[in-house]
Amino acid sequence: MASIGIITEKCCGCGLCLKACPFGAIRIIDKKAVIQDNCTLCGACASSCRFEAVGFIKDEAGTGADLSAYKGVWVFAEQKDGEIAGVALELLGEGRKLADRLGEKLSAVLLGDGMEAAVRKLISYGADNVYVVDHPSLKKFNDESYADIFTQLVNRYKPEIVLMGATTYGRSLGPRVASRLNTGLTADCTKLEIDPERRLLLQTRPAFGGNLMATIICPNHRPQMSTVRPKVMKAAEPDPSRIGEIIRPDVNIPGDVRVKVIETVSTLCEKVSLAEADIVVSGGRGLGDPKNFALVEELADVLGAAVGASRAVVDAGWVDYSHQVGQTGKTVGPRIYFACGISGAVQHLAGMSSSDTIIAINKDPEAPIFKVATFGIKGDVVEVLKALIAEFRKRLG
Amino acid sequence: MNIVVCVKQVPGTTEVKMNKETNTIIREGVESIINPFDMHAVEESLRIKERLGGKVTVLSMGIPSVAELLKTTIGLGVDDAVLLSDRAFAGADTLATSYALSMGIRKIGNVDLVICGKQATDGDTAQVGPSLAEKLGWPHTTYVRKIEEINEKFIRCQRMTDDGYEVIEMPLPAVITVVKEINEPRLPSLKNMMRAKKAVVNVWTADDIGADKNLCGLKGSPTQVVQTFVPVHEVRSEMIEGNAEEQARKLADKLLSMQFPAGRR
Ligand SMILES: Cc1cc2nc3c(=O)[nH]c(=O)nc-3n(C[C@H](O)[C@H](O)[C@H](O)COP(=O)(O)OP(=O)(O)OC[C@H]3O[C@@H](n4cnc5c(N)ncnc54)[C@H](O)[C@@H]3O)c2cc1C
Ligand SMILES: Nc1ncnc2c1ncn2[C@@H]1O[C@H](COP(=O)(O)O)[C@@H](O)[C@H]1O
Repeated sequence: MASIGIITEKCCGCGLCLKACPFGAIRIIDKKAVIQDNCTLCGACASSCRFEAVGFIKDEAGTGADLSAYKGVWVFAEQKDGEIAGVALELLGEGRKLADRLGEKLSAVLLGDGMEAAVRKLISYGADNVYVVDHPSLKKFNDESYADIFTQLVNRYKPEIVLMGATTYGRSLGPRVASRLNTGLTADCTKLEIDPERRLLLQTRPAFGGNLMATIICPNHRPQMSTVRPKVMKAAEPDPSRIGEIIRPDVNIPGDVRVKVIETVSTLCEKVSLAEADIVVSGGRGLGDPKNFALVEELADVLGAAVGASRAVVDAGWVDYSHQVGQTGKTVGPRIYFACGISGAVQHLAGMSSSDTIIAINKDPEAPIFKVATFGIKGDVVEVLKALIAEFRKRLG
Repeated sequence: MNIVVCVKQVPGTTEVKMNKETNTIIREGVESIINPFDMHAVEESLRIKERLGGKVTVLSMGIPSVAELLKTTIGLGVDDAVLLSDRAFAGADTLATSYALSMGIRKIGNVDLVICGKQATDGDTAQVGPSLAEKLGWPHTTYVRKIEEINEKFIRCQRMTDDGYEVIEMPLPAVITVVKEINEPRLPSLKNMMRAKKAVVNVWTADDIGADKNLCGLKGSPTQVVQTFVPVHEVRSEMIEGNAEEQARKLADKLLSMQFPAGRR
C-alpha cells in the first residue's frame, strides 16, 4: 500500500510542499512539515521537495498476468434517434490514435434499434470493429439496460480501454458500468496519451474549476475507463471506403428493467444543442435588461450558434437554466465562444475556458474575461451586438 | 419515507485563487462549504418529508471537522447526521467513496431513497451517485430537475438531458442525483438552529460499518493521481479597437479568415 511521511531530519520547514499540496493537507508545525488527515497521497509534495524530506511510496503492484487478457480500445457509440452523437465520432478519432500506439484494434459499441446506417458511419470514422446490439427495447438510452448489456460485452471481449462521451448519458452509464466491474473511471478528460513503457492510459483532466490539471492512471484494473468532454477531441475525416467487421454478439437482453423512460421532451428554444455546438453566444448581466438578451439570441441565430448564459442572468430569470454555462451549469468547448457582458468569474470560466477561440465583449477593460479572450472588444455590449448582427448578416448572406 | 442525503465538504469555490509567483492554489483562509448541489439535495429531502412524513439523514465521508458542517443541515430540519471518518477512507476515488457510502447506508438501514448532488464542485466528476446505486443494487436517475410523483413504492421524476428532459419512473429504493434547478434551498429556522447546536453527529469508522478496508480509501481506489500541474493558459489576447461598426467588421474579418465553421442549422 502507498504511504507517505515527512523525514523530519531532512525537513527544514521551507514550506514548498505546503504550497504544492492541492488539498491543503500539510501544515508547518515547529518548523517541520506535518501531513494532515485529509491527505490523499497524491504525491505532489514529494515532487516539490528539494530536500528529499518527503518519504513517498507509490502503489506499483501489478497483477500483470490477468491484465494482459484485456486488449483493444472501445468507444461507446452514443446515439439518439439513430443519429450518432458528435462526441462518439470525436472519440473514434482519438481512439484510433491510442489503438495505433498500442498496436491494437479500435471498436465501437452501438446499442439501439435499426442501426444499419450508423454502423457504416462508425467504420468510416475509424472503427475496425463494430459491436452492434440491435433490439426494439434499446431504441432509447436506458441507464439500466444499457449498463447491463455494456457490462456483458466488456466481460466477454475484455477491452483494455473504454471511452465514453461526457454527456448526460455517458456520465450515467460510465460510473454504473465501472462500479459493476470494480474498475477505475476518470471523468471529463481533456487529454489522453499512452505511456509507452507500461502501456497505460494517461488521463488528464481539470480539477478545482480548471485551476489545476491532474493526470490519472488506472494501473491494476481493466478496462481503463474515461469520459471525455464533447468538442475536446477531433474526429477524423470520414473514409467511406474503409472496411470493418460487424459483430452481433449474442447478449442477454434484460427483460424486466426497473428504470422506465416514459417520455422524452426537447425544451431548447433554439435549434442547436449547447454541448455539441461549434459556436456558442453567451450573455451576462452586462446586457443590462432582459429584453437585450434577444440580441444574444439573434446573433446566435445568424451564426447558427447555440445560446449560453451566465448564472447571474439565469438566476435573474432572463433565460432557462438549461442555458447556463459554468461550474454549476453546462461545460462547453466550442470552436468559438462569445462572452457578451460577462465578467468572467472562475465559475463561469470553468465551463468554457477550453473553447478554441474566445471573444469577450465588455465595457470594463479590467474584466477577468479579457485574460482568457483570444479577441477582446471593449465597448457597450448592446451596440457591439447590434453591429455584429448586422455585419455577420451581411457577410454570411 | 426514510431518506439519506449524501453531502460532501468542498472548498468554498469562489475563494480558489492562484498565487501568480509560485503558480499554486492559495489555500490559506479558504473556508469549507457543503457542495452547493448537495444543498439542493437536502432541500428536496425536506420537502418530501413534509409531504410524506419519515426521516432525513445526511451522510458524509470526510475528515473529522466535517461534523460541524453537517450540523448546519440539522439547522435546516434534517433529523440525523452521520459522518464516516477513518484514516482508512483517506485517498478514496469515486469507487472507494461509493463503496464506503453504500456500507454506511446499509448500516442506517431501511432506506427508501438516496439523494446526491449532481456533482461535487471540487472534482466535478458526477460519478458517485450512479456508482453508489450500483453498489447498493438499486436503480438510479441522474440530473433530476423535478420530482413529479413519489410514494413509498415508486418515484416519477424529470431528468435533464442535453436538449431537454425525460420523464423516468423507478421503483424504490432508488438513488437520484439532483441539479440546482430542482428547488430553492431554505434558510435555517431559529428552532432548528437551536437543535443543531445541541445535536451530536454520529461518527462511524470503517469497522463500525463493517467495511472491507481493502475496498476503502487509497487501497480500494483503482485510479491514482500521478501528476498535478497548473495549466498554462497561453492566450495571446488581442484587443480590437474602433467604434462598434469597425470592431464588428474587424472581428468578422478575423473569424471568417480562420475557416469559420458553418454551424449546424
Ligand atoms: C458555487 C458557485 C457556483 C457558480 N456557478 C456558476 C456557473 O455555473 N456559471 C456562471 O456563469 N456563474 C456561476 N457562479 C456565479 C459567478 O461567480 C458570477 O457571479 C457570475 O458568473 C456573474 O455573471 P455575469 O458575468 O453575467 O455578471 P457580472 O459579474 O455582474 O458581470 C457583468 C459584466 O458586464 C459588464 N458590463 C456591464 N454593463 C456593460 C455594458 N453596457 N456593455 C458591456 N459590458 C458591460 C461588466 O463590466 C461586468 O464585467 C457561481 C458562483 C458560485 C458561488
Ligand atoms: N465524500 C462524500 N461524502 C458524501 N457524499 C459524497 C461524497 N463524495 C461525493 N458525494 C455525493 O456524490 C455527489 C457527486 O459527487 P462527485 O461524484 O464527487 O462529483 C455529491 O454531490 C454528493 O452527493
